[in-house]
Amino acid sequence: MLDFPLWKRGWFWGLTLALTALALPSIFSLSGARWPAALPDPEVNLGLDLAGGSHILLEADPTEVAVQRLRNMEESVRSTLRRAEPAVSFGDVSTAEGRLSFMVQSVADVDRARSLLEPLLNGEGLVREWNLTVVDETRIVLTPTEAGLEAAVNAAMDSSQDVIDRRINALGTREPTIIRQGENRIVVQVPGLEDPDQVKELVGRTAKLEFKLVNENALQTDLAQGIAEPGQQIFPYAPDSPFFGQNVAVYRLGGIDGGSLIRAQASRNQDNEDVVVIQFDQQGGNRFAKLTSENVGKQFAIVLDGEVISAPVINDRILSGVSEISGSFTPESAQQLAISLQSGALPVDLTVVEERTVGPDLGAESIRLGLLAMLVGSIAVVTLMIASYGRFGVYATIALIFNVLMILGIMALMNTTLTLPGIAGFVLTIGAAVDANVLINERIREERKRGRRVIAAVENGYREASRAIFDANITNFIAGVLLFMFGTGPIRGFAVVLIIGLFTSVFTAVSLTRMWVAGWLRRTRPQDLNI
Amino acid sequence: MKLLKLVPDDTNIKFLRWRVPFYVVSILLIAASWGLVLTKGLNYGVDFAGGLNITATFTESTEAPVGDLRDTVSELGYGEPVVQRFGDDNQVSIRVPLPDSVEGNPEAAQNIANAIVAELEASFADFRLDGNENVSGKVSDEFRSDAAFALIAAMLAVALYIWIRFEWQFGVGALFALFHDVSLTLGMFSLFQLEFSLQIIAAILAIIGYSLNDTIVVYDRIRENLKKYRKMPTPELLDLSVNETLARTVMTSLTLLIALVPLLAFGPASLFGMVAAITLGIFVGTYSSVYMAAPILIWLGVDSHSFVPTETEADKQDKIARGEA
Repeated sequence: MLDFPLWKRGWFWGLTLALTALALPSIFSLSGARWPAALPDPEVNLGLDLAGGSHILLEADPTEVAVQRLRNMEESVRSTLRRAEPAVSFGDVSTAEGRLSFMVQSVADVDRARSLLEPLLNGEGLVREWNLTVVDETRIVLTPTEAGLEAAVNAAMDSSQDVIDRRINALGTREPTIIRQGENRIVVQVPGLEDPDQVKELVGRTAKLEFKLVNENALQTDLAQGIAEPGQQIFPYAPDSPFFGQNVAVYRLGGIDGGSLIRAQASRNQDNEDVVVIQFDQQGGNRFAKLTSENVGKQFAIVLDGEVISAPVINDRILSGVSEISGSFTPESAQQLAISLQSGALPVDLTVVEERTVGPDLGAESIRLGLLAMLVGSIAVVTLMIASYGRFGVYATIALIFNVLMILGIMALMNTTLTLPGIAGFVLTIGAAVDANVLINERIREERKRGRRVIAAVENGYREASRAIFDANITNFIAGVLLFMFGTGPIRGFAVVLIIGLFTSVFTAVSLTRMWVAGWLRRTRPQDLNI
Repeated sequence: MKLLKLVPDDTNIKFLRWRVPFYVVSILLIAASWGLVLTKGLNYGVDFAGGLNITATFTESTEAPVGDLRDTVSELGYGEPVVQRFGDDNQVSIRVPLPDSVEGNPEAAQNIANAIVAELEASFADFRLDGNENVSGKVSDEFRSDAAFALIAAMLAVALYIWIRFEWQFGVGALFALFHDVSLTLGMFSLFQLEFSLQIIAAILAIIGYSLNDTIVVYDRIRENLKKYRKMPTPELLDLSVNETLARTVMTSLTLLIALVPLLAFGPASLFGMVAAITLGIFVGTYSSVYMAAPILIWLGVDSHSFVPTETEADKQDKIARGEA
C-alpha cells in the first residue's frame, strides 16, 4: 500500500509536472505578464463574461428553407420539361401546402415527365429528396421527403456558417468563434469587441442584392395600398434613404442579382459621397451591360434585402461590369455593406434569438475580483488545513496547488474556455480536494486512536477513505456530465472545470499525498504521528 | 505542536433522537417551498423569462439613481422595468419584460433594446453600459425545460448509482435528501424573490453534488458499521456512524465555507447569486445528510442483513456438494 516503486514515482511526478508546465502560459497572461513568443503557448481561453465581447445566437426558420426549395424545384421542373425534345406541355402549376403540383396534357405525357424528372428527385448519395405521385391520371405531385428537407436545412446552415465566417473575419477581430448549434442555429462569439452592434449588423443582414428596372409610371397612392401591375413587385425605400416612406414598383423579370458579384469595396466617388463599388463576373457583367444599354434614361432600383437603397437613372451604358452603389452611406455603413456583399448572400434569413454583450471593463474587473477572492479563500483553507493536520496538512496544501495548476494545464491543452461560473467551479473543486484529504486524515486519526501502529494506521486511513471518495466523485461526475449535456454557454464552463477537477483532485489529493506520506514514512520511520 | 481539533474525540450526540420532529418540520418546509414556488413563483431572469437585461455602472456617482431609472425606462412604454442594485452601489441591472407583440420577432426586440440604451445614455451623463442581454421567448422556454430536465436527470441518475453501489434504501434516502435540498433552495429563491438564472441551476447542481458527498460519506460509514456491529439496533448504529464522521463533516463544511465567503464578500457581482446559493446549499445539504438521509433508513428497514449475501438454494447445494454442510 505504501510501497511506491521508482517507476510509479517517476510516472506520478512526470504527469504532475507536465500538466503544471502546460498551465504556465495561462498564468503568465492572466497575471498580465508576457509569455515569450518563441515558446509554445497552449492557453486557456477566457469566456466572453470575463474577456468582454459579444455572444449572438442566430436562428434560421426551416419553413423558409422549405419554401425556397419548393421555388427552386418549380424552376427546375419548368425548365426541364420545356427543354425536353419535344417539350412536355404542362399547366396549372401550384405550390400550395408545401407541395409542387402541375398537370400534363395527356396520360401519355405522364410517363415521359416522370422519367425526365426522375434525376431531380434524388439528392447526394441517392437520398430520396422528393416523392413523385400521380393523381387524377394527369396531375403530377412532388412532395418533399423528411430526409430531403433535413439535408436542405443542413446545407443552408453550412453555407450560412461560411458566409458569417467570411464576414466576421473581414472585421479583423481576434479569434471569433462561429459554430453550428442544433439543427438550425449558429452561435457567433466575438471576444473583446467594442461595438457589438457592428457584429449584429454584419451577421443579421442577408445581403441579397438585386438590380431591378423601375416602373416610373406607377402611382405612389396605389403602391401604398400594395396595388401593382401584373409582373411587378413593390419594395419600400430603406429607412436611412431620403425617400423613406415611399415605395417603388419594379419589374420582376430582367433584373440582375448579387450572385454574380466578384468584388465589393467601400470607396468615395467624385462628389465625395461614400459608395460601394462592385464588380460583376463575366456573365453578370454581360447582363449588366445589356440591361444598361437597353435602358438608358430609365431608373433602376438597387434593392438590398427587400428594401430599396437607391434608384438612380441609368446615364450611360456600363460595359466594364463595374458599378457603384450610392445611397446615404456613412464610411462605416459602406464598409459593412461591402463586407456583406463580398462574402455573399446568406441562403436563409437569420434572426437573432439571443444576444449577450459584456463590456470589456466589467470583464477585467470580474477576473481581478474572482482571482483575489480565490486567493484569500485559498489562504484561509490552507491555514486551517495545516493547523488541523500538521505535516499531513502541508502535503494536502502542496497537492492543492498542483491541483489548481493541473486543471489550468488540462484546460489549456484541451483549449477550453474559462468562464465566470468556471471560477466558481474551481472553488468547488478545491472543496472536493480538501474533502478527500479531510476524509483520509480523519480516518488516520481514528485508526491511531484505536491503537493501530503508524504504518498500518496510514495504510488503513487511505484504504477506508478511498471508498467514500470514489463514490462521491463518481456521483459528482454523473452530475457534471449531465450539466455539460444540458447546460449552455457559461454553465458548460462550470461543468468543464468540475469534471476536469474531479480527476485532478482525486489524483492530487489521494495519489500524490500518499506518495509523499509513504516517502516520509520510509525515510524517518516515526513511532508516532502528530495528526 | 498541538494541532487544532474542531470536534472533540468520541462525541456521542443523539442526533436521531429528534428524528420525528425534524422530519415533520422538514416535510412542512418542503411543502411550504413548493407552495411558494407554485403561488408566488420564481423571479426568473432573462435566461428563463426572456426579455432584456441591461447592466450598467454610473461612473461618476456613488449611488445609482434607481428611482429615476425606473421612471425613465417605464416612460418609454415597453412595460414596467425591474431595476435592482447589482454589486456595488453605483451598479444596477435593469430588466425589461418584452411585450407580447414582439414575441417571435427578434428584430423588434432588438429595436427596443437599442431604444432603451439610447435613452439611458441620453438621460444620464455618466451611464456606462456594462452588459446587455436579450433572450427571445423561444430560447428562454428551451432553457427552462432543459434546466428542469438536467436537474431531474441528475437526481435520478445519482440515486440509481447509489442504489447499485449500496442498497435500494440508500438510493431512496439519497434521492429524498436531494429533493429536500432542491426544494428548500427553490423555496428560498421564491421567498426572497432572488433572480433565478442559468447560473442558479449550476449552483443547484453543485449543491446536489455537495450534499451527495456528505450523504455518501455517512452512508459509507453506515454500511461499514452494519457489517461490523451486527447486533446493534439500527437507530443506535446510525447515531454512531454520524458521530464518527462528524469531525469530517464539520471540517469539510467549514473549509468550503471559508473558501466561499471571500467570493461572497468581494467576488464579482455577477457571481453573487450563484455563490449565495451554493453557500446556502452547504448548510441545507449538511443538515439533510444527517437528518433526512440517515433516519429514513430506519423506516425503510435497513439492517445488517442488507449487506450479508443471502444464501440461495443453489448455494446450499454447492456447499453440500463440497462437503461443507
